[in-house]
Amino acid sequence: MSHISILMENQPGALSRVVGLFSQRGYNIDSLSVAPTNDSSLSRLTMVVKEEESVISQILKQLNKVIDVVEVQNLSDIESVSLEIAIVKLKITEKEAKKIIESAFPVVGEIINHKDEFVMIKLIGSNHEVDNFLLSLNKQKFLEVTRSGLLGMGKGENFLISESETTIEY
Amino acid sequence: MKKESGGSALIRALADENVDLLFGYPGGAALHIYDAIYQQDKVQHILVRHEQAAVHAADGYARATGKVGTVLVTSGPGATNAITGIATAYMDSIPLVVISGQVASHLIGTDAFQETDMMGISRPIVKHSFLIQSPEEIPEVVKKAFIIAKTGKPGPVVIDVPKDMTDPNHLFDYQYPKDIKMRSYSAPSEVEESNVDEAVSLLEKAKKPVLYAGGGIIQGNASEELKKLAKIMNAPVTNTLMGLGAFPATHENFIGMLGMHGTYEANMAMHEADLIFALGSRFDDRTTNNPQKYSLNAKKIHLDCDYGSIEKIINVDVSLNGDAKKILNQILNKIDPKNINKASIDLWNNEILNWRETHGLNHDLLDKKFHQKQILPQQVIQSLYKSTNGKAFITSDVGQHQMFAAQYYKFDEPRKWINSGGLGTMGFGLPSAMGVKFAFPDEDVVCVTGEGSIQMCIQELSTCMQYGLPVKIINLNNRALGMVKQWQDMQYGGRYSSILYEDSLPDFVKLAESYGHVGMKVEDISELEERMDECISMKDKLVFMDVYVDPDEHVYPMLEAGGNMSEMRVSKTKNTF
Repeated sequence: MSHISILMENQPGALSRVVGLFSQRGYNIDSLSVAPTNDSSLSRLTMVVKEEESVISQILKQLNKVIDVVEVQNLSDIESVSLEIAIVKLKITEKEAKKIIESAFPVVGEIINHKDEFVMIKLIGSNHEVDNFLLSLNKQKFLEVTRSGLLGMGKGENFLISESETTIEY
Repeated sequence: MKKESGGSALIRALADENVDLLFGYPGGAALHIYDAIYQQDKVQHILVRHEQAAVHAADGYARATGKVGTVLVTSGPGATNAITGIATAYMDSIPLVVISGQVASHLIGTDAFQETDMMGISRPIVKHSFLIQSPEEIPEVVKKAFIIAKTGKPGPVVIDVPKDMTDPNHLFDYQYPKDIKMRSYSAPSEVEESNVDEAVSLLEKAKKPVLYAGGGIIQGNASEELKKLAKIMNAPVTNTLMGLGAFPATHENFIGMLGMHGTYEANMAMHEADLIFALGSRFDDRTTNNPQKYSLNAKKIHLDCDYGSIEKIINVDVSLNGDAKKILNQILNKIDPKNINKASIDLWNNEILNWRETHGLNHDLLDKKFHQKQILPQQVIQSLYKSTNGKAFITSDVGQHQMFAAQYYKFDEPRKWINSGGLGTMGFGLPSAMGVKFAFPDEDVVCVTGEGSIQMCIQELSTCMQYGLPVKIINLNNRALGMVKQWQDMQYGGRYSSILYEDSLPDFVKLAESYGHVGMKVEDISELEERMDECISMKDKLVFMDVYVDPDEHVYPMLEAGGNMSEMRVSKTKNTF
């Protein structure tokens, strides 16, 4: 498994070029998360790819070739943090929800909405921790889940930022 | 400063890029652009008969000249018809800029008349694509498109232009940018000196080296450097199908094309080598056979401008990512002729010579010549080579005739052999010949084709008449889809599924004549050479020469699927495994 971060132009079609590369070359994406950064001309995309080492190296090369891709970083190759956010909807009382959250450790949970007989809980944890927590839920009361996909960032001086623009003359 | 509309700015930008020829076909969404073409005389528009041919013609022009080919089509069917041409150029890394009309922006997504998502359908087969979002950005986008198309690993770039972006009533100040900023695109970085040193050390140690050169040497204009390296080492050189001409075929170090239908000696040399230096070639499946059994005893060096091509299929000992000419010069500066294993390489060259004498290209052919009545397709190519003194531009379609041309026409210069190697597009031959002839009106341009392929773009005979393009068409007519038939003979018990025309072939002589060209038919071996000379000598006429060849002939050698590079069939009855 590899955790890859990509900085790309926030342009129409840029995302489809990246995603298209995967289907075109037969690679599988396990999770994907994308949003603009503080620089609105750039989007940051984070993905989890379950492929062998040799395939990952080919994926990184092919990603670098996509014109809209500015920088690529393999978070699995460096010291990095990763976490996932999930929202679950359960058919339980607020009291039951609080109990669940207390027992959720190491996942951090918080009630974010309570309407009719339904409670929504926000969860933050590692990929694996969120998986385990969801498995532990009572299936009868568990209605819906949405997950952000694994987010990540390199530690310390491992930056993923855009270098100065290249000017090409000819 | 003269104000321009989006349409006139687009054409003016092409003129500023020194585009002289624009191959295309008009239609609704491109009408503003066509009106702008009418009102200027710098860019000449060539009206083809089908958009696929427009792209192939621009492609042929680009391959022969090294410049960027340019295409203009309308939206919808114009764009989809161009797709096969774009994919062909993409697979062979040919620099093209393809401009497609699009329905007006406010209609995009409404299933408007002649709407198709060109950005979407072309995405996997372009190096990059642009959707014009304001008329003012057109000059900058054109500039970017040309830079992207021709730098690094070249490839086709699409510019999709909604009709309202070319509105003649919307005028703006035109300025063509001198340079542009692209933070996500830069030329390949310099190769590391230590990698060059490692490569030189392997070259100096080699006892059985092979220089395996592909289309990248042609695109990178590095033939002279390759010749120098071969000379210093006295090393055998093989070219891929795309690389023919990168190294002169009549040079004593040339051992022929390698791969699926490569020469026996080239494939054997690849199998037995102790060092393979891949230069601008990409270990394509047609040249490696089974990668697990590929040249197991050889060290490998891979020079390629595309980082993604290195270690995609075959792992290598040294990778050299960057410009071929530059890197070869670095190697030439460092390699010491005194350190080359001259004696071992002499022995190696003798070994290769022995292979050539055992199963070389003409071996089987010479036997046949004395017993046959019919014309062999190989003889037609040999005759063509003789009549053109080996100097012609040869374009081809796809199939047996393509392989015969590749094997028997000895290309001594780069950019003379124009064929669809990667995608294998039937219908490529005639339109690409048009593009070459536009660029080199005084040179012999010959399309070697078959009765199957030629019918895929035969409508271009009309374009050739309109623009006076006296190309020569050599039709190796075996009355069947020959390469498919060969496979059906070899692997499907001779069950000829859907390869025969049941007496429905046209009279190609009359067909050519009906377009105003010259047609000739040749059936007898005794008249082949004379008719060929006659055909080539008609400098101002398009001649369609329909040559009836032995329908049972197969292309050999042929690598055995799943085997290593030494496992070949060398004739219908002989194989090496």
